[in-house]
Amino acid sequence: MSSNSTAVESSEGVKIGSFRLKITHLLLYVILGIVALVQLLPLVWLLLFSLKDNQEVFNLAPFALPSDPQWGNYARVWTDGNIGLYFFNSVIVTGSSVILTILLASFVTFAITRMQWKLNKLVLGLFMVGLMIPVHSTLIPLFSFFMNVGLMDHHLSIILTYTAFNLPLTMMILLGFYYTLPRELEEAAIMDGCSVHRMFFRIILPITAPVVATTAIINMIYNWNEFVFVNTFISSDSLKTLTVGIQNFIGQYSTDWGAIGATLVISMLPILIAFFILSNRIVEGMTAGSVKG
Amino acid sequence: MNKIMSDKRIIAMYTLPALLLILTLIYVPIVMTGYYGLMDWDGIGAMTFIGLENYAAVMTDGAFWSSAWHSFLLALFSVGSLVLYLGVSLVLAGNVKGADLFRKIYLIPMLLSSVAIAQLWMRVYHPTNGVMNRFLTSIGIENPPLWLSDTSIVLFAIFIPIIWQYAGFYIIIYYAALKNIPKELEEAAKIDGASPFQIAYKIKLPLISGIIKVTIVLAVIGSLKYFDLIYVMTDGGPNGASEVMASYMYKLAFRTNDFGYGSAIGFFMLVMILIVTYLIRRATATKDEVQY
Repeated sequence: MSSNSTAVESSEGVKIGSFRLKITHLLLYVILGIVALVQLLPLVWLLLFSLKDNQEVFNLAPFALPSDPQWGNYARVWTDGNIGLYFFNSVIVTGSSVILTILLASFVTFAITRMQWKLNKLVLGLFMVGLMIPVHSTLIPLFSFFMNVGLMDHHLSIILTYTAFNLPLTMMILLGFYYTLPRELEEAAIMDGCSVHRMFFRIILPITAPVVATTAIINMIYNWNEFVFVNTFISSDSLKTLTVGIQNFIGQYSTDWGAIGATLVISMLPILIAFFILSNRIVEGMTAGSVKG
Repeated sequence: MNKIMSDKRIIAMYTLPALLLILTLIYVPIVMTGYYGLMDWDGIGAMTFIGLENYAAVMTDGAFWSSAWHSFLLALFSVGSLVLYLGVSLVLAGNVKGADLFRKIYLIPMLLSSVAIAQLWMRVYHPTNGVMNRFLTSIGIENPPLWLSDTSIVLFAIFIPIIWQYAGFYIIIYYAALKNIPKELEEAAKIDGASPFQIAYKIKLPLISGIIKVTIVLAVIGSLKYFDLIYVMTDGGPNGASEVMASYMYKLAFRTNDFGYGSAIGFFMLVMILIVTYLIRRATATKDEVQY
Protein backbone atom coordinates (compact mmCIF):
# COMPACT_ATOMS: atom_id res chain seq x y z
CA MET A 1 0.00 0.00 0.00
CA SER A 2 2.71 2.46 0.90
CA SER A 3 5.95 3.09 -0.92
CA ASN A 4 7.77 1.90 2.19
CA SER A 5 6.40 -1.60 1.96
CA THR A 6 7.38 -1.77 -1.70
CA ALA A 7 10.93 -0.91 -0.73
CA VAL A 8 11.04 -3.54 2.00
CA GLU A 9 9.76 -6.30 -0.22
CA SER A 10 11.87 -5.55 -3.27
CA SER A 11 14.99 -5.31 -1.16
CA GLU A 12 14.25 -8.88 -0.14
CA GLY A 13 14.06 -9.70 -3.79
CA VAL A 14 10.43 -10.79 -3.77
CA LYS A 15 9.52 -9.79 -7.31
CA ILE A 16 6.11 -11.46 -7.33
CA GLY A 17 5.18 -9.65 -4.16
CA SER A 18 6.03 -6.30 -5.67
CA PHE A 19 4.00 -7.14 -8.79
CA ARG A 20 1.03 -7.98 -6.61
CA LEU A 21 1.50 -4.76 -4.76
CA LYS A 22 1.39 -2.82 -7.99
CA ILE A 23 -1.88 -4.51 -8.93
CA THR A 24 -3.36 -3.71 -5.52
CA HIS A 25 -2.21 -0.14 -5.89
CA LEU A 26 -3.86 0.12 -9.29
CA LEU A 27 -7.05 -1.35 -7.87
CA LEU A 28 -7.07 1.28 -5.13
CA TYR A 29 -6.86 4.04 -7.72
CA VAL A 30 -9.68 2.44 -9.68
CA ILE A 31 -11.89 2.47 -6.55
CA LEU A 32 -11.05 6.09 -5.77
CA GLY A 33 -11.56 7.04 -9.41
CA ILE A 34 -15.00 5.43 -9.53
CA VAL A 35 -16.07 7.26 -6.40
CA ALA A 36 -14.83 10.54 -7.87
CA LEU A 37 -16.75 9.83 -11.07
CA VAL A 38 -19.96 9.11 -9.16
CA GLN A 39 -19.57 12.40 -7.29
CA LEU A 40 -18.97 14.41 -10.45
CA LEU A 41 -21.14 12.81 -13.15
CA PRO A 42 -24.53 14.23 -12.04
CA LEU A 43 -22.96 17.69 -12.05
CA VAL A 44 -21.37 17.21 -15.47
CA TRP A 45 -24.73 16.04 -16.78
CA LEU A 46 -26.35 19.15 -15.28
CA LEU A 47 -23.82 21.44 -16.95
CA LEU A 48 -24.43 19.70 -20.29
CA PHE A 49 -28.20 19.95 -20.23
CA SER A 50 -28.06 23.56 -19.08
CA LEU A 51 -26.55 24.29 -22.51
CA LYS A 52 -29.04 22.28 -24.55
CA ASP A 53 -32.54 22.92 -25.81
CA ASN A 54 -35.32 20.42 -25.11
CA GLN A 55 -34.87 18.88 -28.56
CA GLU A 56 -31.31 17.92 -27.69
CA VAL A 57 -32.09 16.89 -24.11
CA PHE A 58 -34.66 14.39 -25.34
CA ASN A 59 -32.85 13.10 -28.42
CA LEU A 60 -29.10 13.22 -27.81
CA ALA A 61 -27.29 10.78 -25.50
CA PRO A 62 -27.24 12.17 -21.93
CA PHE A 63 -23.53 12.96 -21.97
CA ALA A 64 -23.33 14.12 -25.60
CA LEU A 65 -21.99 17.63 -26.04
CA PRO A 66 -24.57 20.17 -27.23
CA SER A 67 -24.04 20.86 -30.94
CA ASP A 68 -24.76 24.54 -30.45
CA PRO A 69 -24.36 25.56 -26.78
CA GLN A 70 -27.44 27.51 -25.70
CA TRP A 71 -25.85 30.27 -23.62
CA GLY A 72 -29.14 32.03 -24.11
CA ASN A 73 -30.60 29.77 -21.40
CA TYR A 74 -28.46 31.60 -18.85
CA ALA A 75 -29.29 35.08 -20.13
CA ARG A 76 -32.97 34.19 -20.21
CA VAL A 77 -33.28 32.92 -16.65
CA TRP A 78 -31.15 35.76 -15.30
CA THR A 79 -33.58 38.38 -16.66
CA ASP A 80 -36.90 36.48 -16.66
CA GLY A 81 -36.55 34.75 -13.36
CA ASN A 82 -35.54 37.51 -10.97
CA ILE A 83 -32.37 35.47 -10.50
CA GLY A 84 -30.36 38.67 -10.30
CA LEU A 85 -32.52 39.94 -7.46
CA TYR A 86 -32.46 36.63 -5.56
CA PHE A 87 -28.72 36.59 -6.00
CA PHE A 88 -28.43 40.07 -4.52
CA ASN A 89 -30.65 39.09 -1.56
CA SER A 90 -28.50 36.04 -0.90
CA VAL A 91 -25.39 38.22 -0.87
CA ILE A 92 -26.97 40.68 1.60
CA VAL A 93 -28.31 38.02 3.96
CA THR A 94 -25.22 35.81 3.81
CA GLY A 95 -22.81 38.73 4.15
CA SER A 96 -24.58 40.35 7.11
CA SER A 97 -25.00 37.06 8.97
CA VAL A 98 -21.38 36.05 8.46
CA ILE A 99 -20.07 39.38 9.79
CA LEU A 100 -22.45 39.42 12.75
CA THR A 101 -21.77 35.77 13.61
CA ILE A 102 -18.02 36.15 13.53
CA LEU A 103 -18.03 39.34 15.56
CA LEU A 104 -20.34 37.98 18.28
CA ALA A 105 -18.63 34.58 18.35
CA SER A 106 -15.20 36.21 18.67
CA PHE A 107 -16.44 38.38 21.55
CA VAL A 108 -17.83 35.42 23.48
CA THR A 109 -14.93 33.11 22.73
CA PHE A 110 -12.52 35.79 23.90
CA ALA A 111 -14.46 36.33 27.11
CA ILE A 112 -14.72 32.60 27.78
CA THR A 113 -11.15 31.62 27.04
CA ARG A 114 -9.12 34.70 28.00
CA MET A 115 -10.97 36.43 30.80
CA GLN A 116 -11.40 35.18 34.35
CA TRP A 117 -14.91 34.56 35.64
CA LYS A 118 -16.76 31.77 37.36
CA LEU A 119 -19.62 30.97 35.01
CA ASN A 120 -17.55 30.70 31.84
CA LYS A 121 -17.83 26.91 31.54
CA LEU A 122 -21.57 27.03 32.05
CA VAL A 123 -22.01 29.67 29.36
CA LEU A 124 -19.81 27.67 27.01
CA GLY A 125 -21.96 24.60 27.66
CA LEU A 126 -25.08 26.56 26.83
CA PHE A 127 -23.67 27.42 23.43
CA MET A 128 -22.44 23.91 22.71
CA VAL A 129 -25.80 22.26 23.51
CA GLY A 130 -27.24 24.55 20.86
CA LEU A 131 -25.53 22.31 18.28
CA MET A 132 -27.98 19.51 19.01
CA ILE A 133 -31.25 21.42 18.74
CA PRO A 134 -33.27 20.45 15.66
CA VAL A 135 -34.37 23.50 13.69
CA HIS A 136 -37.92 22.17 13.34
CA SER A 137 -38.43 22.20 17.10
CA THR A 138 -37.95 25.97 17.09
CA LEU A 139 -39.75 26.84 13.88
CA ILE A 140 -43.29 27.50 15.14
CA PRO A 141 -42.25 29.69 18.13
CA LEU A 142 -39.79 31.60 15.92
CA PHE A 143 -42.56 32.13 13.37
CA SER A 144 -44.89 33.53 16.00
CA PHE A 145 -42.10 35.57 17.65
CA PHE A 146 -41.13 37.30 14.39
CA MET A 147 -44.82 37.84 13.66
CA ASN A 148 -45.27 39.60 17.02
CA VAL A 149 -42.21 41.83 16.76
CA GLY A 150 -42.99 42.72 13.15
CA LEU A 151 -39.96 41.09 11.58
CA MET A 152 -41.93 38.60 9.52
CA ASP A 153 -41.07 38.91 5.83
CA HIS A 154 -37.98 40.96 6.70
CA HIS A 155 -34.34 40.09 6.07
CA LEU A 156 -33.49 40.80 9.69
CA SER A 157 -35.46 37.75 10.84
CA ILE A 158 -33.29 35.40 8.81
CA ILE A 159 -30.05 37.24 9.54
CA LEU A 160 -30.65 36.97 13.30
CA THR A 161 -31.75 33.34 13.05
CA TYR A 162 -28.70 32.35 10.97
CA THR A 163 -26.46 34.10 13.46
CA ALA A 164 -28.00 32.36 16.47
CA PHE A 165 -27.88 28.91 14.90
CA ASN A 166 -24.32 29.32 13.56
CA LEU A 167 -22.79 30.77 16.74
CA PRO A 168 -22.15 27.36 18.37
CA LEU A 169 -20.31 25.89 15.38
CA THR A 170 -18.34 29.08 14.81
CA MET A 171 -17.28 29.21 18.46
CA MET A 172 -16.27 25.57 18.33
CA ILE A 173 -13.85 26.27 15.49
CA LEU A 174 -12.54 29.45 17.17
CA LEU A 175 -12.08 27.87 20.63
CA GLY A 176 -9.10 25.68 19.76
CA PHE A 177 -7.25 28.66 18.35
CA TYR A 178 -8.04 30.98 21.27
CA TYR A 179 -6.88 28.43 23.85
CA THR A 180 -3.42 28.29 22.23
CA LEU A 181 -2.78 32.06 22.30
CA PRO A 182 0.05 32.83 24.74
CA ARG A 183 -0.87 34.71 27.94
CA GLU A 184 2.17 36.98 27.51
CA LEU A 185 0.39 38.61 24.61
CA GLU A 186 -2.27 40.09 26.88
CA GLU A 187 0.11 40.77 29.72
CA ALA A 188 2.37 42.82 27.46
CA ALA A 189 -0.58 44.71 26.02
CA ILE A 190 -1.98 45.56 29.43
CA MET A 191 1.45 46.59 30.74
CA ASP A 192 1.56 49.07 27.90
CA GLY A 193 -1.71 50.52 29.16
CA CYS A 194 -3.87 48.96 26.46
CA SER A 195 -7.59 48.69 27.26
CA VAL A 196 -9.37 45.36 26.78
CA HIS A 197 -11.28 46.68 23.79
CA ARG A 198 -8.16 48.00 22.14
CA MET A 199 -6.40 44.73 22.78
CA PHE A 200 -9.31 42.75 21.33
CA PHE A 201 -9.61 44.77 18.15
CA ARG A 202 -5.94 45.60 17.60
CA ILE A 203 -4.23 42.40 18.72
CA ILE A 204 -6.56 39.44 19.18
CA LEU A 205 -8.79 39.81 16.10
CA PRO A 206 -5.85 40.30 13.70
CA ILE A 207 -4.00 37.30 15.17
CA THR A 208 -7.06 35.08 14.77
CA ALA A 209 -7.49 36.11 11.14
CA PRO A 210 -6.66 32.66 9.68
CA VAL A 211 -9.22 30.81 11.79
CA VAL A 212 -11.73 33.62 11.30
CA ALA A 213 -11.32 33.12 7.55
CA THR A 214 -12.08 29.43 7.99
CA THR A 215 -15.23 30.09 9.99
CA ALA A 216 -16.27 32.78 7.51
CA ILE A 217 -16.21 30.45 4.55
CA ILE A 218 -18.04 27.68 6.42
CA ASN A 219 -20.70 30.14 7.56
CA MET A 220 -20.97 31.48 4.05
CA ILE A 221 -21.67 28.01 2.62
CA TYR A 222 -24.29 27.17 5.25
CA ASN A 223 -26.10 30.49 4.95
CA TRP A 224 -26.00 30.61 1.17
CA ASN A 225 -27.64 27.17 1.01
CA GLU A 226 -30.13 27.55 3.85
CA PHE A 227 -33.72 26.76 2.92
CA VAL A 228 -36.21 26.19 5.76
CA PHE A 229 -35.96 29.56 7.51
CA VAL A 230 -36.25 31.62 4.33
CA ASN A 231 -39.06 29.40 3.10
CA THR A 232 -40.94 29.96 6.36
CA PHE A 233 -40.22 33.58 7.29
CA ILE A 234 -40.08 35.29 3.89
CA SER A 235 -43.17 35.53 1.72
CA SER A 236 -42.45 38.47 -0.62
CA ASP A 237 -40.83 37.36 -3.82
CA SER A 238 -38.62 40.47 -3.80
CA LEU A 239 -36.98 39.42 -0.51
CA LYS A 240 -36.31 35.75 -1.30
CA THR A 241 -32.83 34.34 -1.45
CA LEU A 242 -31.49 32.26 -4.29
CA THR A 243 -32.24 28.86 -2.71
CA VAL A 244 -35.92 29.57 -2.20
CA GLY A 245 -36.22 31.77 -5.27
CA ILE A 246 -35.01 29.10 -7.65
CA GLN A 247 -37.36 26.59 -6.05
CA ASN A 248 -40.36 28.74 -7.03
CA PHE A 249 -38.94 29.73 -10.36
CA ILE A 250 -38.21 26.16 -11.43
CA GLY A 251 -41.82 25.30 -10.64
CA GLN A 252 -42.94 27.59 -13.48
CA TYR A 253 -40.39 26.22 -15.93
CA SER A 254 -40.98 22.58 -15.16
CA THR A 255 -40.69 21.47 -18.76
CA ASP A 256 -37.83 23.67 -19.98
CA TRP A 257 -34.75 21.61 -19.09
CA GLY A 258 -32.24 24.13 -20.35
CA ALA A 259 -33.69 26.92 -18.22
CA ILE A 260 -33.81 24.70 -15.12
CA GLY A 261 -30.23 23.58 -15.68
CA ALA A 262 -29.00 27.13 -16.15
CA THR A 263 -30.77 28.28 -12.98
CA LEU A 264 -29.23 25.49 -10.94
CA VAL A 265 -25.74 26.15 -12.32
CA ILE A 266 -26.03 29.87 -11.51
CA SER A 267 -27.07 29.05 -7.94
CA MET A 268 -24.10 26.71 -7.48
CA LEU A 269 -21.47 28.89 -9.11
CA PRO A 270 -20.49 31.24 -6.24
CA ILE A 271 -19.92 28.35 -3.85
CA LEU A 272 -17.95 26.38 -6.45
CA ILE A 273 -15.77 29.39 -7.25
CA ALA A 274 -15.14 29.94 -3.55
CA PHE A 275 -14.24 26.27 -3.28
CA PHE A 276 -11.65 26.43 -6.06
CA ILE A 277 -9.96 29.37 -4.36
CA LEU A 278 -10.34 28.34 -0.72
CA SER A 279 -10.69 24.55 -0.76
CA ASN A 280 -8.09 24.03 1.98
CA ARG A 281 -9.90 26.32 4.39
CA ILE A 282 -13.23 24.67 3.64
CA VAL A 283 -11.86 21.19 4.27
CA GLU A 284 -10.22 22.44 7.47
CA GLY A 285 -13.40 24.13 8.70
CA MET A 286 -15.64 21.16 7.98
CA THR A 287 -13.27 18.81 9.77
CA ALA A 288 -12.76 21.07 12.77
CA GLY A 289 -16.44 21.79 13.07
CA SER A 290 -17.44 18.17 13.39
CA VAL A 291 -14.58 16.32 14.98
CA LYS A 292 -14.80 18.17 18.24
CA GLY A 293 -18.56 17.67 18.48
CA MET B 1 -3.65 42.42 34.86
CA ASN B 2 -6.03 40.08 36.68
CA LYS B 3 -8.19 42.96 37.67
CA ILE B 4 -8.61 44.16 34.12
CA MET B 5 -9.12 40.66 32.73
CA SER B 6 -11.85 39.88 35.24
CA ASP B 7 -13.76 43.13 34.82
CA LYS B 8 -17.42 42.05 35.10
CA ARG B 9 -18.66 44.92 33.00
CA ILE B 10 -16.46 44.01 30.05
CA ILE B 11 -17.25 40.31 30.37
CA ALA B 12 -20.96 41.11 30.24
CA MET B 13 -20.46 43.36 27.24
CA TYR B 14 -18.65 40.65 25.32
CA THR B 15 -20.93 37.79 26.32
CA LEU B 16 -24.44 39.15 26.53
CA PRO B 17 -25.21 39.97 22.87
CA ALA B 18 -24.53 36.42 21.69
CA LEU B 19 -26.08 34.88 24.79
CA LEU B 20 -29.23 36.94 24.37
CA LEU B 21 -29.48 35.86 20.76
CA ILE B 22 -29.30 32.12 21.43
CA LEU B 23 -31.60 32.41 24.43
CA THR B 24 -34.23 34.29 22.42
CA LEU B 25 -33.95 32.33 19.20
CA ILE B 26 -33.04 28.82 20.37
CA TYR B 27 -33.75 28.18 24.05
CA VAL B 28 -36.98 30.12 24.55
CA PRO B 29 -38.42 28.61 21.34
CA ILE B 30 -37.78 25.01 22.40
CA VAL B 31 -39.60 25.66 25.67
CA MET B 32 -42.40 27.42 23.79
CA THR B 33 -42.73 24.46 21.41
CA GLY B 34 -43.52 22.25 24.38
CA TYR B 35 -45.97 24.86 25.67
CA TYR B 36 -47.74 25.43 22.33
CA GLY B 37 -48.16 21.67 22.17
CA LEU B 38 -50.70 22.05 24.98
CA MET B 39 -52.82 24.40 22.90
CA ASP B 40 -55.39 24.27 20.20
CA TRP B 41 -54.07 27.04 17.94
CA ASP B 42 -54.17 27.98 14.27
CA GLY B 43 -51.14 30.29 14.54
CA ILE B 44 -53.11 33.53 14.25
CA GLY B 45 -56.22 33.42 16.44
CA ALA B 46 -56.53 32.86 20.16
CA MET B 47 -55.07 29.80 21.84
CA THR B 48 -57.20 27.34 23.75
CA PHE B 49 -55.57 25.24 26.43
CA ILE B 50 -56.35 21.58 25.81
CA GLY B 51 -53.87 19.90 28.14
CA LEU B 52 -52.11 16.83 26.83
CA GLU B 53 -54.63 16.20 24.06
CA ASN B 54 -52.16 16.91 21.24
CA TYR B 55 -49.48 14.75 22.79
CA ALA B 56 -51.97 11.92 23.29
CA ALA B 57 -53.09 12.30 19.67
CA VAL B 58 -49.47 12.04 18.49
CA MET B 59 -49.14 8.70 20.28
CA THR B 60 -51.95 7.18 18.22
CA ASP B 61 -51.36 9.05 14.96
CA GLY B 62 -50.54 6.39 12.36
CA ALA B 63 -49.21 8.98 9.90
CA PHE B 64 -46.79 10.32 12.50
CA TRP B 65 -45.44 6.87 13.38
CA SER B 66 -45.10 6.03 9.73
CA SER B 67 -43.02 9.21 9.29
CA ALA B 68 -41.01 8.34 12.42
CA TRP B 69 -40.36 4.88 10.97
CA HIS B 70 -39.05 6.46 7.75
CA SER B 71 -36.78 8.77 9.78
CA PHE B 72 -35.55 5.73 11.68
CA LEU B 73 -34.85 3.85 8.42
CA LEU B 74 -32.97 6.89 7.17
CA ALA B 75 -30.86 6.86 10.34
CA LEU B 76 -30.12 3.14 9.96
CA PHE B 77 -29.22 3.63 6.36
CA SER B 78 -26.98 6.63 7.10
CA VAL B 79 -25.11 4.74 9.79
CA GLY B 80 -24.74 1.83 7.36
CA SER B 81 -23.29 4.12 4.72
CA LEU B 82 -20.63 5.23 7.20
CA VAL B 83 -19.01 1.81 6.59
CA LEU B 84 -18.75 2.69 2.93
CA TYR B 85 -17.24 6.08 3.69
CA LEU B 86 -14.81 4.51 6.14
CA GLY B 87 -13.69 2.01 3.49
CA VAL B 88 -12.99 4.78 0.98
CA SER B 89 -11.15 6.80 3.65
CA LEU B 90 -8.92 3.84 4.55
CA VAL B 91 -7.94 3.52 0.90
CA LEU B 92 -7.47 7.26 0.59
CA ALA B 93 -5.27 7.51 3.68
CA GLY B 94 -2.97 4.71 2.50
CA ASN B 95 -0.30 6.93 0.96
CA VAL B 96 -2.21 7.44 -2.24
CA LYS B 97 -0.86 10.09 -4.59
CA GLY B 98 -3.46 12.77 -5.23
CA ALA B 99 -5.40 11.95 -2.06
CA ASP B 100 -5.88 15.65 -1.49
CA LEU B 101 -7.50 16.15 -4.89
CA PHE B 102 -9.71 13.07 -4.46
CA ARG B 103 -11.13 14.17 -1.14
CA LYS B 104 -11.82 17.64 -2.51
CA ILE B 105 -13.72 16.16 -5.44
CA TYR B 106 -15.72 14.00 -3.04
CA LEU B 107 -16.66 17.07 -1.02
CA ILE B 108 -18.20 19.06 -3.88
CA PRO B 109 -21.83 17.82 -3.50
CA MET B 110 -21.73 18.73 0.20
CA LEU B 111 -21.19 22.38 -0.73
CA LEU B 112 -24.35 22.65 -2.81
CA SER B 113 -27.75 23.62 -1.48
CA SER B 114 -30.20 20.83 -0.77
CA VAL B 115 -32.68 22.55 -3.05
CA ALA B 116 -30.26 22.47 -5.97
CA ILE B 117 -29.37 18.84 -5.22
CA ALA B 118 -33.04 17.90 -4.96
CA GLN B 119 -33.88 19.64 -8.23
CA LEU B 120 -30.94 17.98 -9.96
CA TRP B 121 -31.83 14.49 -8.72
CA MET B 122 -35.47 14.96 -9.67
CA ARG B 123 -34.15 15.27 -13.23
CA VAL B 124 -31.78 12.32 -12.74
CA TYR B 125 -34.82 10.23 -11.79
CA HIS B 126 -37.08 11.63 -14.52
CA PRO B 127 -39.02 8.61 -15.91
CA THR B 128 -38.07 9.09 -19.56
CA ASN B 129 -35.41 11.80 -19.90
CA GLY B 130 -33.50 11.29 -16.66
CA VAL B 131 -29.95 10.02 -16.91
CA MET B 132 -30.78 7.08 -14.61
CA ASN B 133 -33.51 5.57 -16.75
CA ARG B 134 -31.78 6.51 -20.01
CA PHE B 135 -28.86 4.43 -18.76
CA LEU B 136 -31.06 1.53 -17.62
CA THR B 137 -32.89 1.47 -20.96
CA SER B 138 -29.61 1.54 -22.85
CA ILE B 139 -28.41 -1.62 -21.10
CA GLY B 140 -31.62 -3.39 -22.01
CA ILE B 141 -33.90 -2.91 -19.01
CA GLU B 142 -37.25 -2.32 -20.63
CA ASN B 143 -39.42 -0.98 -17.85
CA PRO B 144 -37.11 0.98 -15.56
CA PRO B 145 -38.65 1.99 -12.23
CA LEU B 146 -40.57 5.21 -11.71
CA TRP B 147 -38.20 6.17 -8.93
CA LEU B 148 -40.10 8.95 -7.21
CA SER B 149 -43.68 7.86 -7.82
CA ASP B 150 -43.42 4.21 -6.83
CA THR B 151 -44.35 3.93 -3.15
CA SER B 152 -42.21 0.83 -2.67
CA ILE B 153 -38.90 2.39 -3.76
CA VAL B 154 -39.28 6.14 -3.29
CA LEU B 155 -37.59 6.13 0.11
CA PHE B 156 -34.65 4.19 -1.26
CA ALA B 157 -34.49 6.54 -4.25
CA ILE B 158 -34.13 9.49 -1.87
CA PHE B 159 -31.41 7.77 0.17
CA ILE B 160 -29.12 7.71 -2.87
CA PRO B 161 -28.68 11.48 -3.27
CA ILE B 162 -28.34 11.76 0.51
CA ILE B 163 -25.37 9.35 0.45
CA TRP B 164 -24.04 11.25 -2.52
CA GLN B 165 -24.38 14.58 -0.71
CA TYR B 166 -22.73 13.57 2.57
CA ALA B 167 -19.99 11.22 1.30
CA GLY B 168 -17.31 13.90 1.14
CA PHE B 169 -18.15 15.29 4.56
CA TYR B 170 -17.59 12.01 6.39
CA ILE B 171 -14.64 11.03 4.21
CA ILE B 172 -12.69 14.19 5.09
CA ILE B 173 -13.40 13.62 8.78
CA TYR B 174 -12.21 9.99 8.68
CA TYR B 175 -9.28 10.92 6.48
CA ALA B 176 -8.08 13.59 8.91
CA ALA B 177 -8.40 11.14 11.83
CA LEU B 178 -6.54 8.37 9.98
CA LYS B 179 -3.75 10.76 9.01
CA ASN B 180 -3.35 11.60 12.69
CA ILE B 181 -2.29 8.05 13.56
CA PRO B 182 1.48 7.96 14.07
CA LYS B 183 3.29 6.31 11.15
CA GLU B 184 5.42 4.20 13.50
CA LEU B 185 2.45 2.09 14.59
CA GLU B 186 1.66 1.01 11.05
CA GLU B 187 5.30 0.37 10.22
CA ALA B 188 5.85 -1.73 13.32
CA ALA B 189 2.80 -3.83 12.44
CA LYS B 190 4.09 -4.28 8.89
CA ILE B 191 7.46 -5.50 10.10
CA ASP B 192 5.58 -8.02 12.25
CA GLY B 193 3.94 -9.24 9.03
CA ALA B 194 0.45 -7.79 9.42
CA SER B 195 -1.60 -7.50 6.22
CA PRO B 196 -3.17 -4.18 5.21
CA PHE B 197 -6.57 -5.54 6.26
CA GLN B 198 -5.27 -6.58 9.67
CA ILE B 199 -3.65 -3.17 10.10
CA ALA B 200 -6.90 -1.45 9.17
CA TYR B 201 -9.09 -3.61 11.34
CA LYS B 202 -6.90 -4.21 14.38
CA ILE B 203 -4.93 -0.96 14.57
CA LYS B 204 -6.47 1.91 12.62
CA LEU B 205 -10.15 1.44 13.38
CA PRO B 206 -9.69 1.08 17.16
CA LEU B 207 -7.50 4.19 17.16
CA ILE B 208 -10.16 6.31 15.48
CA SER B 209 -13.08 4.81 17.41
CA GLY B 210 -13.68 8.17 19.10
CA ILE B 211 -14.25 9.86 15.75
CA ILE B 212 -16.39 6.97 14.55
CA LYS B 213 -18.69 7.47 17.55
CA VAL B 214 -18.96 11.19 16.81
CA THR B 215 -19.91 10.46 13.20
CA ILE B 216 -22.53 7.92 14.28
CA VAL B 217 -24.14 10.55 16.50
CA LEU B 218 -23.95 13.12 13.68
CA ALA B 219 -25.49 10.71 11.17
CA VAL B 220 -28.33 9.69 13.49
CA ILE B 221 -29.20 13.24 14.57
CA GLY B 222 -28.92 14.46 10.98
CA SER B 223 -31.28 11.72 9.83
CA LEU B 224 -33.87 12.20 12.55
CA LYS B 225 -34.23 15.87 11.67
CA TYR B 226 -33.80 15.41 7.91
CA PHE B 227 -36.06 17.62 5.81
CA ASP B 228 -34.78 19.56 2.79
CA LEU B 229 -34.32 16.97 0.03
CA ILE B 230 -37.54 15.17 0.86
CA TYR B 231 -39.59 18.36 1.05
CA VAL B 232 -38.45 19.43 -2.42
CA MET B 233 -38.25 16.06 -4.20
CA THR B 234 -41.47 14.34 -3.11
CA ASP B 235 -43.08 16.49 -0.41
CA GLY B 236 -43.44 13.27 1.57
CA GLY B 237 -45.33 11.53 -1.19
CA PRO B 238 -46.55 9.61 -2.97
CA ASN B 239 -49.21 8.91 -0.40
CA GLY B 240 -46.92 9.48 2.58
CA ALA B 241 -44.41 6.87 1.39
CA SER B 242 -41.45 9.21 1.91
CA GLU B 243 -42.82 11.35 4.75
CA VAL B 244 -40.34 11.94 7.61
CA MET B 245 -40.96 13.55 11.01
CA ALA B 246 -39.79 17.03 10.01
CA SER B 247 -41.75 17.12 6.76
CA TYR B 248 -44.87 15.87 8.56
CA MET B 249 -44.49 18.53 11.24
CA TYR B 250 -43.96 21.24 8.62
CA LYS B 251 -47.06 20.22 6.70
CA LEU B 252 -49.27 20.23 9.79
CA ALA B 253 -48.06 23.61 10.98
CA PHE B 254 -47.62 25.64 7.84
CA ARG B 255 -50.17 24.08 5.51
CA THR B 256 -53.05 22.90 7.64
CA ASN B 257 -52.30 25.65 10.21
CA ASP B 258 -52.53 23.19 13.07
CA PHE B 259 -49.83 24.95 15.10
CA GLY B 260 -50.66 23.23 18.38
CA TYR B 261 -50.36 19.74 16.95
CA GLY B 262 -47.31 20.72 14.87
CA SER B 263 -45.64 22.02 18.04
CA ALA B 264 -46.35 18.77 19.85
CA ILE B 265 -44.58 16.88 17.07
CA GLY B 266 -41.71 19.39 17.10
CA PHE B 267 -41.32 18.83 20.82
CA PHE B 268 -41.46 15.07 20.31
CA MET B 269 -38.63 15.32 17.79
CA LEU B 270 -36.52 17.31 20.21
CA VAL B 271 -37.01 14.85 23.05
CA MET B 272 -36.40 11.92 20.74
CA ILE B 273 -33.14 13.40 19.45
CA LEU B 274 -31.87 14.18 22.94
CA ILE B 275 -32.71 10.66 24.17
CA VAL B 276 -31.20 8.94 21.14
CA THR B 277 -28.02 11.02 21.41
CA TYR B 278 -27.73 10.13 25.07
CA LEU B 279 -28.32 6.43 24.37
CA ILE B 280 -25.72 6.27 21.59
CA ARG B 281 -23.18 8.12 23.71
CA ARG B 282 -23.81 5.69 26.57
CA ALA B 283 -23.82 2.57 24.42
CA THR B 284 -20.53 3.49 22.77
CA ALA B 285 -18.81 4.86 25.87
CA THR B 286 -15.66 2.97 26.78
CA LYS B 287 -14.04 2.98 30.19
CA ASP B 288 -10.59 3.72 28.88
CA GLU B 289 -10.34 5.68 25.69
CA VAL B 290 -7.57 4.43 23.39
CA GLN B 291 -4.52 6.61 23.65
CA TYR B 292 -1.99 7.27 20.95
